[in-house]
Amino acid sequence: MSPALVQVRDLKMHFPIYTGLLRRRTGAVKAVDGVSFDIRAGETLGLVGESGCGKSTVGRALLRLYEPTAGSVVIGGEDIATLSPAALRAKRPMMQMVFQDPQASLNPRMTVQAIISEPLDEQSDWDRDRKQTRVLELMDQVGLNRRFANRYPHEFSGGQRQRIGIARALALSPKFIVCDEPIAALDVSIQAQVVNLLEDLQDNLGLTYLFISHDLSMVRHIADRVAVMYLGRIAELSPRDALYARPLHPYAEALLSAVPEPDPSREGARQRIILQGDVPSPANPPKGCNFCTRCPKVFDRCRVEKPDLVEVEPGRLVACHLYPAITHPSPDQPGGTQATKPTQQGEVQ
Amino acid sequence: MTDTSAASKPSGPLRDVWVQFRSHKGAMFGLITLSILIVAVMIGPYLWVPEKLSVAQAIKLKNQGPSFRFPLGTDQLGRDMLARMLLAGRISLAVGLVAMGIAIVFGTLIGVLAGYFRRLDGPLMRLTDMFLALPLIPLLLVMVMLFRDRIAGIIGPELGAFTLIVFAIGITSWMATARIVRGEVLTLKEREYVLAARSIGARPNRIILRHILPNVISPVMVAATLGVAEAIITESVLSFLGLGFPPDFPTWGRLLYDGLQYMQVYPERVVWPGLAISLTVLSVNYIGDGLRDALDPRIRGR
Repeated sequence: MSPALVQVRDLKMHFPIYTGLLRRRTGAVKAVDGVSFDIRAGETLGLVGESGCGKSTVGRALLRLYEPTAGSVVIGGEDIATLSPAALRAKRPMMQMVFQDPQASLNPRMTVQAIISEPLDEQSDWDRDRKQTRVLELMDQVGLNRRFANRYPHEFSGGQRQRIGIARALALSPKFIVCDEPIAALDVSIQAQVVNLLEDLQDNLGLTYLFISHDLSMVRHIADRVAVMYLGRIAELSPRDALYARPLHPYAEALLSAVPEPDPSREGARQRIILQGDVPSPANPPKGCNFCTRCPKVFDRCRVEKPDLVEVEPGRLVACHLYPAITHPSPDQPGGTQATKPTQQGEVQ
Repeated sequence: MTDTSAASKPSGPLRDVWVQFRSHKGAMFGLITLSILIVAVMIGPYLWVPEKLSVAQAIKLKNQGPSFRFPLGTDQLGRDMLARMLLAGRISLAVGLVAMGIAIVFGTLIGVLAGYFRRLDGPLMRLTDMFLALPLIPLLLVMVMLFRDRIAGIIGPELGAFTLIVFAIGITSWMATARIVRGEVLTLKEREYVLAARSIGARPNRIILRHILPNVISPVMVAATLGVAEAIITESVLSFLGLGFPPDFPTWGRLLYDGLQYMQVYPERVVWPGLAISLTVLSVNYIGDGLRDALDPRIRGR
């Protein structure tokens, strides 16, 4: 198994709240509050969760579009969170982002050609012809007609615009791409096209994705492993098939019970878990487990102690007091054991 | 699809802009009118040289109506109105355009800096508030009192007065632009394409030039076109108060105020400079309108 390309450790992103006449800092929105995970080279990690749980913030903090409050993000051996601006700029080509809204992520006053070649303008000293060749090559790669190079974004459909966004992200041949809900703003018939394009590109170029989405079926289709987030923390991080077959964390269970079943005979038997109440405010999360206010299986310990994300079954990490951690010969940070897991798995079984 | 040359050669963005601009009737009317005005005041004074009259003759010929000898009539001192209108236009147009230019450049600069760099926002906006709170007329009065003679001593009385007035008007009319631009920049910099540019590693100056400025051009255009009118009027106010150009030095605003006292008897004395100012303002407004549309690819080609 390939080593981890991205290692996130205890990432925190707090946005300060200022109130009153003197603009004093009275608190912070804990959008991301201690998140750790690994992404192995060449894999797709799905990141799911409801609106406002901090998915997009994780994606943006990973590329340091926000300055993280604490924690480290090691991509390809360097800690992105503490790099100097110059070193960060030099590192940028390695990691790119595909945005949610293809309408808002393209400058309406630039042609497709200018949009796709912008990364090249910034990061390379190529001449015009070479950039032009590369732009046309990228347009071929994402399935855009070369004749559209001089058109403006408003002349395209949503799916085509998203292809332009993907071409821009690919321009610098990155290794790691954060896909921030790339299909959420698209028509269902177009979603499949874009996801298939992303998969093809992954196969051809050996890309690593962090695929942020709230579309559970789409994540099931594209992701190798899936992290379920709730209120700024990861509730469960498991391989895709295991998670969808048997979610462990009560929140993951509730979330996945909402996925409709295409087979009508089985759809009738589907047991939906309806959660009561609302998500607590991230400015004032509950004292113990973040999920304790709504959890159907809550017990006393949940209200006082925050559960850590620990490996409870081989390859499956869950933050819940219901599941005790399996003991390892060498206790390590969550996810840090990933690289050596296969041998351990062999020993256990 | 192997035909790359035909597909990729840009058809020339400037050409597209011009084609769209041409299709805007108002803008073309404005461009033609303003061109005629500019050409007239540039070469007019050389073509129409008023006859030299003695004081006695001039007094006899005062307050004449339009005739072949005086196409726009004469004023209360028997001076040829057409010659004065042409000469006045030079100053008024120059003051209007240059003062507007100063105000727009300065206002946009302050607005972009305040909107984009959070740390500069407070100080720059308080500076803007301060300028907004300054009473214009006393400020100009002080500036003219302090600097008129000194500047006149260096570059001559006419150019000195021009520089001072243009500077004074420019420095007191950039605040609206700065505020509009700041607000626009604040929304633009949260757009995803700015985020995308940052994720590429683009430096702030490139982001501002490539993504922010082209997208704030619409409100700036509107502010600019309104600014021309305001500058011409302010100049006439200053001249009226005796703070502007010397009294024998015609500007459209000055002619307007001179004519005001005789308006009921000789209304044309007010109509001519008023018409000239209105035409200038109207044509600049239309040009701005057309430019704004032509520079927006979403409207272009529609």
